[in-house]
Amino acid sequence: MSPDKMVHMANQIAAFFNSQPGGGAAEKVAGHLNDFWEPRMRAQLIAYIGEGGAGLDALVLAAADHLNAPAA
Amino acid sequence: MKDLIIPWDEHDKGTPARTGAPVTLTIDGFEVTVPEGTSVMRAAAEAGIDVPKLCATDTLEAFGSCRLCVVEIDGRKGTPSSCTTPVVPGMVVHTQSEKVRRIRRGVMELYISDHPLDCLTCAANGDCELQDMAGVVGLRDVRYATGESHFEQFGPSGGNPLWAPKDESNPYFTYDPAKCIVCSRCVRACEEIQGTFALTIEGRGFDSRVSPGAGFDDFLTSDCVSCGACVQACPTATLQENSMIALGTPMRSVVTTCAYCGVGCSFKAELNGDTLVRMVPHKAGKANRGHSCVKGRFAWGYANHSDRILSPMIRGSIDEPWREVSWDEALSYAAKRLQDIQAEHGRRSIGVITSSRCTNEETFLVQKLARAVFLNNNTDTCARVCHSPTGYGLGQTFGTSAGTQDFDSVALADVVIVMGANPTDAHPVFASRLKKRLRAGAKLIVIDPRKIDLVKSNHIKATHHLALRPGTNVAVITALAHVIVTEGLADEAFIAARCEGDSFADYAAFVSDPRHSPEAVEALTGVPADEMRAAARTFAKGGNGAIYYGLGVTEHSQGSTTVMGIANLAMLTGNIGRPGVGVNPLRGQNNVQGSCDMGSFPQELPGYRHVKNADVRAIFEQLWGVEIDPEPGLRINNMLDAAVDGSFKGIYIQGEDILQSDPDTRHVAAGLAAMDCVIVHDLFLNETANYAHVFLPGSTFLEKDGTFTNAERRINMVREVMKPKAGMADWQVTQALANAMGADWAYTHPREIMAEIAATTPSFAGVSYDLIDRLGSVQWPCNEAHPEGTPTMHVDGFVRGKGRFIVTEYLATDEKTGPRFPLLLTMGRILSQYNVGAQTRRTDNNVWHEEDMLEIHPVDAEDRGVTDGDWVRLASRSGETTLRAKVTQRVSPGVVYTTFHHPETQANVVTTDFSDWATNCPEYKVTAVQVAPSNGTSDWQERYAAQAARSRRIEAAE
Ligand code: SF4
Ligand code: SF4
Ligand code: SF4
Ligand code: FES
Repeated sequence: MSPDKMVHMANQIAAFFNSQPGGGAAEKVAGHLNDFWEPRMRAQLIAYIGEGGAGLDALVLAAADHLNAPAA
Repeated sequence: MKDLIIPWDEHDKGTPARTGAPVTLTIDGFEVTVPEGTSVMRAAAEAGIDVPKLCATDTLEAFGSCRLCVVEIDGRKGTPSSCTTPVVPGMVVHTQSEKVRRIRRGVMELYISDHPLDCLTCAANGDCELQDMAGVVGLRDVRYATGESHFEQFGPSGGNPLWAPKDESNPYFTYDPAKCIVCSRCVRACEEIQGTFALTIEGRGFDSRVSPGAGFDDFLTSDCVSCGACVQACPTATLQENSMIALGTPMRSVVTTCAYCGVGCSFKAELNGDTLVRMVPHKAGKANRGHSCVKGRFAWGYANHSDRILSPMIRGSIDEPWREVSWDEALSYAAKRLQDIQAEHGRRSIGVITSSRCTNEETFLVQKLARAVFLNNNTDTCARVCHSPTGYGLGQTFGTSAGTQDFDSVALADVVIVMGANPTDAHPVFASRLKKRLRAGAKLIVIDPRKIDLVKSNHIKATHHLALRPGTNVAVITALAHVIVTEGLADEAFIAARCEGDSFADYAAFVSDPRHSPEAVEALTGVPADEMRAAARTFAKGGNGAIYYGLGVTEHSQGSTTVMGIANLAMLTGNIGRPGVGVNPLRGQNNVQGSCDMGSFPQELPGYRHVKNADVRAIFEQLWGVEIDPEPGLRINNMLDAAVDGSFKGIYIQGEDILQSDPDTRHVAAGLAAMDCVIVHDLFLNETANYAHVFLPGSTFLEKDGTFTNAERRINMVREVMKPKAGMADWQVTQALANAMGADWAYTHPREIMAEIAATTPSFAGVSYDLIDRLGSVQWPCNEAHPEGTPTMHVDGFVRGKGRFIVTEYLATDEKTGPRFPLLLTMGRILSQYNVGAQTRRTDNNVWHEEDMLEIHPVDAEDRGVTDGDWVRLASRSGETTLRAKVTQRVSPGVVYTTFHHPETQANVVTTDFSDWATNCPEYKVTAVQVAPSNGTSDWQERYAAQAARSRRIEAAE
C-alpha cells in the first residue's frame, strides 16, 4: 500500500474517534486497527510510525503504543 | 427427472382476504364463518364451493363487471354479484338455481360470440379461465350470429375496423386484442399490484379495448416496466408470455428464488422436462406476495446463452489463449499453483472472494476454504463494496448487522424515509409494495441528490425531497436529529427504557449544538432549512416511521457514520421493535445478506463473530480439525494493494467481476496483473477473467440446490430445476478445489452444509432444509427462542442489550471539486439491467438499456456545449472514459449521474480509491469530475477492448 493511502486511511479512522466523546480515543483507534487491519498493514503502519510517521494524525501516533505488533 | 411439489394453497378464492370479526352465513346449505368484509364469493370458496367468475381474482379488489358470479340470496331481490357483495350474519346464499344458470350461460354466450374459437391452437390452451368457465356454465351453443367482432381481420365488406393487430413490441410478452374480454384485470393489476398505471380501458361498451398509455403508445414505448403483473392477471391468451407461445404449456413446476436483487422474490419455475418455459411469481412467497419485476420474471435467458463457458480452462500466462481441459486437470493445476505460492510467499499470500450471487452454502464453503485450507482469513466479498458499512454501523448501535423488519412491515408504516436508494429501479417489487402504501396515504421523505421516480410519479408524490449535495449525508441526518431533539420531538419514554442513558446524553448534547441546525448546514448540503425542519417534524410526529436506505448511504467516506446516524434517528423517534417501523438496508444483490452472514468478511467468522475471539474459533477448530488464524485477513482493496506490493499472489474468485464492479479500474487491473494465480469461477468470461490463469465454469441458480438470504433476513430455498450444464454445481467445485489441496470434505448435498452452519452459528441454530420446506422460508435469528424465525428484530431489547447512540460528526470527503474537476459524479443502477450486467446484458432487457448514459443538468450541459445524445468525455483524477450524455433535470446542477452496467463504458475507470473510514467500502457515490464534448471512445477504452479481446481467445480443440 502506498504510504499516502495508508496515512489517509489511518487519519480517517482517527478523525472519527476524535469526534467521539468519552476519552480513550487512542485505545479506540488502536482497537479498530487491531480488529480490521491485517497484520502486514499494521506492520507497515508501525514501521512508518517508527520512521517518524509523517502526515499521521496525532491520535494515530498516540495509538501506536496500543497496536498489537503482528507476530511474524 | 425430479418433481418437487411443495404443498401450498394456490386456489384462487376470487377476492382478497380480509381481517375482521367473524361472520357466519349459509351457502348452499353449508354453514361457513369468515371475517367481516369478506365477499360472498370468497366465503363460498372457503366452504369449498367455487362460484364461476371471470373479472375477479383474489390478487385484485373486486370489480363486478362480468356478472358471471351472480347468486341468489334469500330476502334480496335480483341476482347480486357474489364478488362485490359482502357477507352479512345469517345470510342464506344459493350459488346454483335455474335463474343464475340461465344468466351465466347468457353472459358466456355473449363473451364467446366475440371470441375466436381456436382453442386448440391457442397459447393458453389448458391455461385459460374463459375456456374453464365455458365448461363450468355448460355453454353448448352460441346463438349470436357473428356480425361485428374484434377477432375477424376481415368482415363481409373487406377490412374490419374493430380488429387490431397484435402488439409484439415487448420482447417478453404479446398483447393480442382479438382475444380480450375486457375484464380489466390487467388494468387493475398494473394499478393495484405494480403501481405503474400504464394501462387504461379506452372506449365504451362494445368498443372498449385495453390500451397501453395514451394514443399511439405500444407496450414498449408506454410507461410499462414489463413487470408481468398484467400477464399474470389475464384470464385469457390476450396477454401471454412469448416463451409459452413458443414452447407450449409447462407440465411441471419447482418453487425457487430469484437470483437478481435483494428482494428475493419466490418464483415457480415452470418447465417441460429440463426446458424452462416461464418463471411465474409465487403467490405464497413472503417477500413478493405473488409479484415480480422484469428481471426475475423474464430475464433468465442468460442461463442458456451461447457465451456460457461449460468447460474448465487453464493457461500459463494471461498473454496465452485459453486451453480447455478436464475438471481434474484444471483443479490440480489450480491447487498446485496455489500451494506453490504459499510455499514460496507464505500462508497469507493467497485468498478468496465469495459471491453475493451464490448460495449461502457455497459462500460458507469458500470462506471455509480460506480459513481451513489456506489457513488464513483472506476472505472478502463484493458486499465490501456495497453494504459493509451497514454491518459496522448497525453492529455498533443495535448489536447486529441486519434489517430490522420484513417487507410486509411497510404496509403498516405511516412515514417512510427513502435515503440513497432508488427502489423503483433497484428493488422494484419492494417499490410496488411501498407505493401501494403511499397511495393509501402514508407520507414519503426522499433524501437523494436525484429526483428519483418515487419523488413524483403516477399517483405518488413525496411529501419532502431533500436533494442534498452528494457526500453530505451525515450533515443532513445530524440536522434532522437536531430538529427532533431541540424541538422536543424525541420519544423520551422509548429512549429511557431501551437505550443507554449516557450515550443518549452525549448524543443529545452533540446534535443540539447550533452548528448542526438546518440553517447552519444549508449552504453545505444544499437543502433549504425550512424543508429540512418540516421533514424532521413529519418523521417524528407522523406515527410509524420506517427508514429504507441503499448504497447512496453506504458508498461514501462516511458510509458507516451515516448508517449509525440512521440508527440514531430510529431510536430517537422510538421507531424500532414493532411492525411498521425500523431500519432497513436495501441490499443490492440477491445474497448480500447471506454472504455477510456466512463469514465472508476477513475479520468475522460466520454469524458476525470476530476471529480474535478464541471461544468462537474453538467451535470451528474442533469441527474442522485445524487451527484458525486469530488475525483479521485482507479486504478486497487491501488484497489488491498487497498484490501490487508483491506479498499477495493468488486468488480464487467465485461469481464476482471485481474488474468491472470495483472502483479505480486501473488499480484493480494492476493488482490482478501482479498475481501469479487468478482463478475465476463464473458463468462467463467476465472482465476479471482477462487476468485469470484458471477458469472454472459456474452454475446458474437454476442448476443447484441451496439457500439465499434476502434483505429481510429471509432464508429462501433455491432448487435445482435442471442439472448443472458444466457437470458440477458451484459448491461441488469449491469442494473439489479444497480436496485437490489436501482437504477431505465429503458433502453430498447442500443440506449437509446448512447443517454445519446451524451447528456452528447461533442465529442459524434452528435452520434446516426440512424447516424451510415446511414454512416456505424463515427469517433468522432462528433458534430455540425463535423456532420459526424472527420477522421483527429488537422487539423487547436490542441484540446488544441497550441501544447505543453514536455521535456523528460530519467530515467532508477528501474527494473535492475544484477548477479542474468541478462536477460531482454519482452512480446507480436502472431497472432492466443488473449490476455489472453480465446476466441481463445477455437477455432482451437490452431493449430498455443498451448503454450507460451520463445524466447532466441542462445548465451544466449548455456551459459545456453538450446536447442530448452527444458523446462526452468524463474525466476524474483517476482516469477518463467516454459515453453519451442525457440532458435531464433529474440531476441537480453540479451533479452528474451514470450507471455501470456495460463494460465498454468502464465507468469505474473514473472512480477513486477513497473509501469508508471503518470498512474500506469504496466511495462510489462521490467523484469529482469534468465533462467535455468528445468524438468517440478514449484511448483507455480502445486499449482495454483490444486487451480484452486478446485475453478471451480460446485455443481450438484438436
Ligand atoms: S407489464 Fe407491468 S407495468 Fe407493464 S402494463 Fe403490465 S402490469 Fe403494467
Ligand atoms: S387483456 Fe386480459 S386481463 Fe386485460 S382486459 Fe383483456 S382479457 Fe382481461
Ligand atoms: S430482481 Fe428483485 S424484485 Fe425483481 S424479481 Fe428478482 S428478486 Fe424480485
Ligand atoms: S366475477 Fe363477479 S362480476 Fe365478474
